[in-house]
Amino acid sequence: MEILVCAKRVPDTSENEIELNGDGDIDRDELVYSVNEADNYAVEEALEIVERTGGTVTVVTVGGDEDEEILRREMAMGARQAVLLSDDAFNGSDGRGIAAILAAFVKKGHYELILTGVQADDGAGQVGGMLAAMLDCPFASLVTSIEVLGGGKLKISREIEGGNKEINEIDLPCVLSIQTGINEPRYVGMRGIRQVASVPIPTLGKADLGVNGYAGEAAARVKRMDYFVPPAGKGAEMLTGSQDEVIAKLIDLLKAKGGLQ
Amino acid sequence: MVEAIQPPAQATYWFVHGRLLFLIVDLLGLASFAWIMAKRLAPLFRGQRDPRFDRPLVRLGRLLKFWLGQWRHPRYLAAGLIHILLFAGFIVLVVHTGFLLALGTSERPNMPGGVYAAISDYAVTVVFLCMMIAIVRRLLKPARYAVPARYGKAHTADAILLLALIAILMAADSIFEGAQAASQWQQRLPVDALAIGSLPWVLRNALLSAPLPALANLYLGAYLVHELAFFFLLCYRPFGIQFHVETSLFTVYFAKLDRGTIKPVRWGVPDAQLDQVKSLGVKTFEDFTWKHMLDFYSCADCGRCSDQCPANAVGRPLSPRFLTIKARDYSFRHFPVFGSAHNGHALVGDIYSEDEIWSCTTCGACEAECPLLVEYIDKIVDLRRGLVDDGKVPQSLQKPLKALETRGNPFGKMEKKRADWVKAIPQQACSAQTLNGDHRAETLYFVDSITAYDDRMQAIGRATARILHAADENFGILGAVEKDSGHDVRRFGEETLFMALRDHNTEAIKESGVKRIVTSDPHAFNALKHDYRDVPPVEHISQFMARAMADGKIRLNPVESGQVYTYHDPCYLGRHNGVYDAPRAVLDAVPGLQRVEMRRSRDRSFCCGGGGLALFYEPTENERMGVKRVQMAAEAGANVIVTACPFCMVNMEDAIKVAGMEGKMTAIDLAELVERQMTN
Repeated sequence: MEILVCAKRVPDTSENEIELNGDGDIDRDELVYSVNEADNYAVEEALEIVERTGGTVTVVTVGGDEDEEILRREMAMGARQAVLLSDDAFNGSDGRGIAAILAAFVKKGHYELILTGVQADDGAGQVGGMLAAMLDCPFASLVTSIEVLGGGKLKISREIEGGNKEINEIDLPCVLSIQTGINEPRYVGMRGIRQVASVPIPTLGKADLGVNGYAGEAAARVKRMDYFVPPAGKGAEMLTGSQDEVIAKLIDLLKAKGGLQ
Repeated sequence: MVEAIQPPAQATYWFVHGRLLFLIVDLLGLASFAWIMAKRLAPLFRGQRDPRFDRPLVRLGRLLKFWLGQWRHPRYLAAGLIHILLFAGFIVLVVHTGFLLALGTSERPNMPGGVYAAISDYAVTVVFLCMMIAIVRRLLKPARYAVPARYGKAHTADAILLLALIAILMAADSIFEGAQAASQWQQRLPVDALAIGSLPWVLRNALLSAPLPALANLYLGAYLVHELAFFFLLCYRPFGIQFHVETSLFTVYFAKLDRGTIKPVRWGVPDAQLDQVKSLGVKTFEDFTWKHMLDFYSCADCGRCSDQCPANAVGRPLSPRFLTIKARDYSFRHFPVFGSAHNGHALVGDIYSEDEIWSCTTCGACEAECPLLVEYIDKIVDLRRGLVDDGKVPQSLQKPLKALETRGNPFGKMEKKRADWVKAIPQQACSAQTLNGDHRAETLYFVDSITAYDDRMQAIGRATARILHAADENFGILGAVEKDSGHDVRRFGEETLFMALRDHNTEAIKESGVKRIVTSDPHAFNALKHDYRDVPPVEHISQFMARAMADGKIRLNPVESGQVYTYHDPCYLGRHNGVYDAPRAVLDAVPGLQRVEMRRSRDRSFCCGGGGLALFYEPTENERMGVKRVQMAAEAGANVIVTACPFCMVNMEDAIKVAGMEGKMTAIDLAELVERQMTN
């Protein structure tokens, strides 16, 4: 099966302290970036499907030269090829614009299965669904397992409220947004990345792809105005007293806040 | 006239001339042994390179100490003494047995007489008795001989068979000599002297009145039994735990000389060319070095390693003994004596589990105990390198590894905050300045990640800085430029990342122009000492303090009475670097300090749970190592555990809480204790 995974480079939430600069934007000077966590699970899932049933995995991202590093990391993981979609005309695209760029790329290939992360750490979780709509493909979100049934069908499970699962059958080709925890992504070290350092990564622009008018800042209908860092709260409330008193107070508090009925 | 009994070579066994019979037995026995050994050696030639032919005098010295001198055996007194006795017996009997075997095919060679004959009579006796005791021990089984179900079945029957064969050998030898002497006495011939009280002597006395033909049959029969038992044993030993009789000499001679170090990924491949190596680490059996394969053959299954192993003690799925036994069984199965070799299977997933390989804290207790100097840490690290190369790294370790790559510390904290711990030191108390173009110093305090970033461990950093300052040491720190030493990155198998961290720090240290390095972290200490090259000499703060106190640069106030202190040896200070006395000297120099030793201390120290990446690993275990350790401290009557490693501190303080011993037990770092008691 030919699988395409759409990935994004994001600031690594576990290794950064988000601070705003004077312009109301995030101070990005000392941020470290990595591949979006959910996208990494999507790549691992694609690799595992290919290990079971054959095929190839391609990883694609929309961005600039600096985004190549995540493509290399995913190739070191085992993706056969990676493509960078980059053009000045793409700058400032909203979710619909990104989906349009990706849709244009998908139409140039023969992908049966397209995976995205459930959402990007700095995103809105909208690209996967819009991409499916633009491709006129079936779509399932929050996918927590994939089984290839044959006959152009997949059996998938989706996470629903309360940790429950819903099992679906879905026709190929389709778009799935992958929930974290679906698998255990393999480790990629510096050695692996260095070994794919010289593999060429094709870059495609607006003209190569024939992207429609949705891409770019001018076409964006959702525009970011500001970032807001919530002030730190009061912190933890320490319950005092004997063990029984503490337990009684805790139960009262949980009831009061709706945690217990 | 009664004929003298005939020597075996001239006797007739069932119409076959003795000499011919024994010639056939000898040749068959030797040819079988040669065939078996060739088959056993075959995988060693397919193993990886491992240069062990250097420093012959050092190796010879260690051979005399650990092999001939049986140095480590008395650590387990009963078993050790039995082994020393039978080993000595075997050594004595080498010449005796040679002559005895020669009797089968040649005109009577002159068996060595005199003192040697007497000693060998006793040696036969001692070995026979030791075998009896050993058989009983195998039946009564000390706890460490037990084989948990997950590691397979006990080889008790096999062990007893092997012991019994030796006993038969000794008995046959004694009957042969006793019957001979008895017949000589009956015939009024010159009697070979037998040592009083020895087994041959006892048998001679018992046989004095036996009829001569019976004696002759006994004499020849015993010889045949001895001959057959000898060659059967020779050829059977390479199939089980007694193989060490043949291999131990070589295992000990070629044993690893440099403790604290980790073997390179591939011997003979420079770091710069590692990227070109197709596969890293041990994945299949042939990825082990020949010496490591020899280790598998040499294990005597005595169980001392696992008896000392903290991971085994807390129920983690790791037992060093079975790491070896499983590999040996694998090798016997896949490189059989009959049939062709079939190798190439991944070891992890077959004989080993991933959890097993990650469960080791590299504390080195197993290696400190093994009487045969079998190595474990290098094998574990090589197996981990294989897992890392295949991307099979536990999820709990992936985040810290990634953070080490991007931020230079496992916590993912910002580089610029690495020296923030200094800010809490009052200006007048001391200054720990960052070394750069403006500030130069003689000594570098290498802080390392946990002391730099962890709120609790920063206190150890501040105490260390205060001590260096009080002792008038001209020192500085690398500040934001310092990265993690990479000590445990390397031991968790991520060699490429380790090399990047090492190269970065080496460059920074060289640029700082310092002449010495001091650290309060034994893991950094071990890395700088053994893993880094071309950096100035490094000392642990305990060594620095011991010297500063001896020189009178640091003076201490008496401690409050009522506290009993015990010192916990951090693995990378003690076992891996032999620093046992300096921290104890520091403690004993504190006026009024009462110190007790735990049951397990010095080279038998019990690991706290492991440092570096081991802090992040989530093992399957029944209890924490640290909990066991604080209980040992309580057993010793202590209420303060002093350690000298920030990772030990993490584990001890957690363990005190988990064990519910808050208020009854506290932990303090040696540097914190000294800083607290300093008069200046």
